[in-house]
Amino acid sequence: MGKTLAEKILSEKSDTDAKAGDIVIARVDLAFVQDTTGPLTVRHFQASGMSLANPERTLLFIDHAAPSPNASLSNDHIFLREFSRQSNCIISEAGDGICHQIVAEAYASPGDIIVGADSHTVTSGGLGAFATGMGSSDVAVAFGLGKNWFRVPETFKIEVKGDFPKGVSAKDLVLHLIGKIGADGATYKSLEFHGESVGKMSMAGRFTIANMVVEAGAKVGLFPADKTTREYLEGEGRGNDYRPIKADADAVYEDTIEIDATRLEPTVSRPHTVDNTALAKDLKGTKIQQVVIGTCTNGRLEDLAVAAGILKKRRPVRDLRLIVAPASRSVLLDAIAMGYIAELVEAGAIILPPGCGPCLGLHQGALGDGEACLSTANRNFEGRMGNPKSFIYLASPATAAASALTGEITDPREVL
Amino acid sequence: MLRGIAHKFGDNISTDHIIPGRYAHLRSNLPELAKHVLEDADKNFVSRVKEGDFVVGGSNFGLGSSREHAPLVIKMAGVSAILAKSVARIFFRNAINLGLPVLICDTDKIDDGDELQIDLAAGTVADITSGAEMTFGKIPDVMLAILDEGGLIPYIQKHGDFKL
Repeated sequence: MGKTLAEKILSEKSDTDAKAGDIVIARVDLAFVQDTTGPLTVRHFQASGMSLANPERTLLFIDHAAPSPNASLSNDHIFLREFSRQSNCIISEAGDGICHQIVAEAYASPGDIIVGADSHTVTSGGLGAFATGMGSSDVAVAFGLGKNWFRVPETFKIEVKGDFPKGVSAKDLVLHLIGKIGADGATYKSLEFHGESVGKMSMAGRFTIANMVVEAGAKVGLFPADKTTREYLEGEGRGNDYRPIKADADAVYEDTIEIDATRLEPTVSRPHTVDNTALAKDLKGTKIQQVVIGTCTNGRLEDLAVAAGILKKRRPVRDLRLIVAPASRSVLLDAIAMGYIAELVEAGAIILPPGCGPCLGLHQGALGDGEACLSTANRNFEGRMGNPKSFIYLASPATAAASALTGEITDPREVL
Repeated sequence: MLRGIAHKFGDNISTDHIIPGRYAHLRSNLPELAKHVLEDADKNFVSRVKEGDFVVGGSNFGLGSSREHAPLVIKMAGVSAILAKSVARIFFRNAINLGLPVLICDTDKIDDGDELQIDLAAGTVADITSGAEMTFGKIPDVMLAILDEGGLIPYIQKHGDFKL
């Protein structure tokens, strides 16, 4: 009997014949934390009495509150820097970018097991890594033992056929999928992406989809590593990290979900759950006071290109804040070189330093009472952006940019 | 045997309800952080909850972030177990790693304020107020072993490695 991608990777890293439902102890190739989960992880780690199994594969990211908005968080950053100095692990500083983007650019390889103290660690599934979010205790143990225990997940096969219509992207696909199966529709499962559309999809699109599988409860979202993956890694100067990996043709799936990409339309998640989806065209007239383009979901070069393409030479309405946060320093540099940043700034955008920006309500764009924001991020929970009396809608970069032009939720096909 | 009062919440209680990101600056000051537990779901919870009580959710309890601070502040409030119809994956593991039992059962039969008695070994929940009886799903052995030691870090301190 063949193996799913999850079974294949967990078998290899545990030296067992792992099948869905098994519990295995598997080697961890990379373990990381960010600045809001890192201090607790380090305290657990220090209490445990362990030493780092692989300092050069242990990463600390300062990205959630970067640069820090207050003294308490600045002191947490000092604590992480001191731990990095003492233990020789790697620290990624404020301004370098979001952990998930940097892990994808510089560290993750197909077939790796990656654990991060952040739920969107799943992003690197886009290049075929078994990447999953864990809490501070689990990551502390991965820091010290270089392994952890995993339940081998059952897998849903997501078969995507056809090309995306104009104005529709990977974000619309994943919002549609979550709307269809629900915010707990894939709890504990692996989502494995197949089909001709997946083969043609850019790495940015794959990362966007993998990033959001946790919003359906999934443990991991896996794409096969193919020619596109190889070209991406070569582009990052990591061609040697490539290896092809895909599920066996006779792998056993718990369920198969078919999506016809040609029938997708620009999709929006309404407050306060990600599965509360609607079509952008049906939300016309919904006023918004802020638009956010960026985050680990949609802060890549391709996303900024789409936004700049819609916004250039057109000034957004004056009573709307347009916030753009590139996912990493390298994305920012590329966007500057391509002219996207100038186009966005001319169109009225506020450019934030590479990092998580206002996504989790810490700083750089908290919402006021009764305000609504359209964001390219991955979560719209009550209170997420700093205020339980505010409203968050989620959409693609194209829908976000089109909505910034009008001050209300707008189907991007109206302006393309 | 655990005995206490049920504090009932609805479906999809996220980690942002349990401890919002806007309090991230308090994460290295746990006693202050814990004052905000479940504030966005029920702002009176923190003043009502007593040592040994239970948090009772609906489906998909704890969805969202990997922040272990979410089960941590619930535990610090004195809660002795979380009951829900279903629980998000990372939250479930985090709670067990802190020595806080999470029990999957039909919580529709429990009302806010009911007195519950839970037998962890037998896998039963008795609602003393209503007379309803429920059973909860088996916790995997590896998690029971971690729970028995009071959490993952104490487990590793004692055993030095996973003993499965």
